[in-house]
Amino acid sequence: MANSKSTKSTKKPAQAQPSRRDFIVVASYAMGAVGAGAFAWPLIDQMNPAADTLALASVEVDVSKLEEGQSITLKWRGKPVFIRHRTSSEIDEAGRVNAENLRDPETDEVRVQKPEYLVVLGVCTHLGCVPLGQKIGEVRGEYDGWFCPCHGSHYDSSGRIRKGPAPKNLEVPPYAFLSDEVIRIG
Amino acid sequence: MSENQFTNPVIKWIDHRLPVFTFMRHETHEYPTPKNLNYFWNFGSLAGIALVVMIVTGITLSMSYTAHVDYAFDSVERIMRDVNHGWLLRYIHMNGASFFFIVVFIHIFRGLYYGSYKAPRELLWILGVVILLLMMATAFMGYVLPWGQMSFWGATVITNLFSAIPLVGESIVSWLWGGFSVDNPTLNRFFSLHFLLPFVIVGVVVLHLFALHRFGSNNPLGIDTKGPQDTLPFHPYYTIKDFFGLSVFLTIFAAAVFFFPNFMGHPDNYIPANALQTPAHIVPEWYFLPFYAILRAVPDKLGGVLAMFGAIAVLFVLPWLDRSPVRSGRFRPVFKIFFWLLLADCVLLGYIGAKPPEGMYVIVGRLATIWYFVHFLIILPVLSVVETPRPLPQSISSPVFGGSGSMTGAAAAPKEKV
Repeated sequence: MANSKSTKSTKKPAQAQPSRRDFIVVASYAMGAVGAGAFAWPLIDQMNPAADTLALASVEVDVSKLEEGQSITLKWRGKPVFIRHRTSSEIDEAGRVNAENLRDPETDEVRVQKPEYLVVLGVCTHLGCVPLGQKIGEVRGEYDGWFCPCHGSHYDSSGRIRKGPAPKNLEVPPYAFLSDEVIRIG
Repeated sequence: MSENQFTNPVIKWIDHRLPVFTFMRHETHEYPTPKNLNYFWNFGSLAGIALVVMIVTGITLSMSYTAHVDYAFDSVERIMRDVNHGWLLRYIHMNGASFFFIVVFIHIFRGLYYGSYKAPRELLWILGVVILLLMMATAFMGYVLPWGQMSFWGATVITNLFSAIPLVGESIVSWLWGGFSVDNPTLNRFFSLHFLLPFVIVGVVVLHLFALHRFGSNNPLGIDTKGPQDTLPFHPYYTIKDFFGLSVFLTIFAAAVFFFPNFMGHPDNYIPANALQTPAHIVPEWYFLPFYAILRAVPDKLGGVLAMFGAIAVLFVLPWLDRSPVRSGRFRPVFKIFFWLLLADCVLLGYIGAKPPEGMYVIVGRLATIWYFVHFLIILPVLSVVETPRPLPQSISSPVFGGSGSMTGAAAAPKEKV
């Protein structure tokens, strides 16, 4: 019997022929794996943001009271957002920089919708600390922007990384001007 | 130590130093199991799986639950509405408790019928009763967590049971509460203990299995295995039988979770807890109803509490109440009748527990309670002496039973299909 089988199916020994039972066993294991996976997914997915968390994903802010040179910080999705009413010298300074030489090359124009208002996430792109520079009198780093005290990253007046360990510019969140002076973030 | 027989070099290397694979093979693969087990022997493994399901869903639920009187109810509703698959996890956990008890009750009555509590399995049985008690405590505290009306008033009533204890009762109750009523400290500690106790149950289950594997499973004939001809290796014979039973169980469980998730619950628990108003008709979860009926049957506060705990306590000493040397109810014609009467009595107690304590329900509840204790305390000891059991087969393999069991060793009786 072994001989007749082996002549028929090249070099495989007779026992290697899958039987109907093998098929049932493999199919059972496969169904079991699918079932276990189907049960595992809800257990994993429950840790993702819940519907109410996602629903809180936008905030509106009126910037009419914000004087030139002042900043405000607000909370969006649990993180600080910096809105800075920039002075004309800060705007000039940000525009003069040759973007190609920067670590994360971006021109000032692509980072703002209106040059007077810079909106960035106040989260250092190095390891997530909140940079200083929002309040009058705080250290603003060597480039008139923000300075992260955790590991010494300097950001310029466009929120771009200029010096220190951070790899990226401060992130610009999605936002829109609902009117001249009301911004919706998210 | 002799060389292990594994071929995979990694497993071989590990097993030589830490023989877990040898242990697993010995206890879950080769483990000799009586070859005549019927489907009632599925319920032990089903209970184990139910425990795992409860722990897994419970841990995930705890990630979104807030144990505070101001937030608990809302956090549960948030789980139902906002948390991804939260409704599924909660319904599995909620119905899982009921199904866990269904499985365990069947497991217990299996043991009662086939005499699985008798020597040498007394400790195995006692550990099982300990698990039942832990399950009841865990289920009760879990039911408090959603902080609905039934949660709150269930907690109030059950903790007040301890006030029946003479002298120190009031102090014990206020110690349980952490205050002057069921309140935030109570909810916090119940959450903590509800999280802890399942792992204590796991520990006792390990001991339960340890004791089980000392002498192996009992079997429907209730006689000891006498050699390899009476047993089968656990794998694949009983793994596949358990898996088949599991798939049937999961089908029914899933039907409940998806189509009747609130069938075994109580609508009042979807009303937030109100310390100023008790619901008109408060009942515990169905699995406590027989005990609740016993509690209410005794017209005395302390007496009722003692009777209720006595209903469990009597199970601890069961191995010494039933002295009949014959384990299986199959060979005990009179015991068999009383077994079914006891089962009917427990169902009746469950029914009475769900009814208001008035009129006929009180009388029937008292009679059923008396019968429960009479069964264990009088009938079983007396039967051990007066009953004449039918002759036992000589071994599991010997083809003697099947007919009226008149003779041992009758030659041509139909062979078992195993």
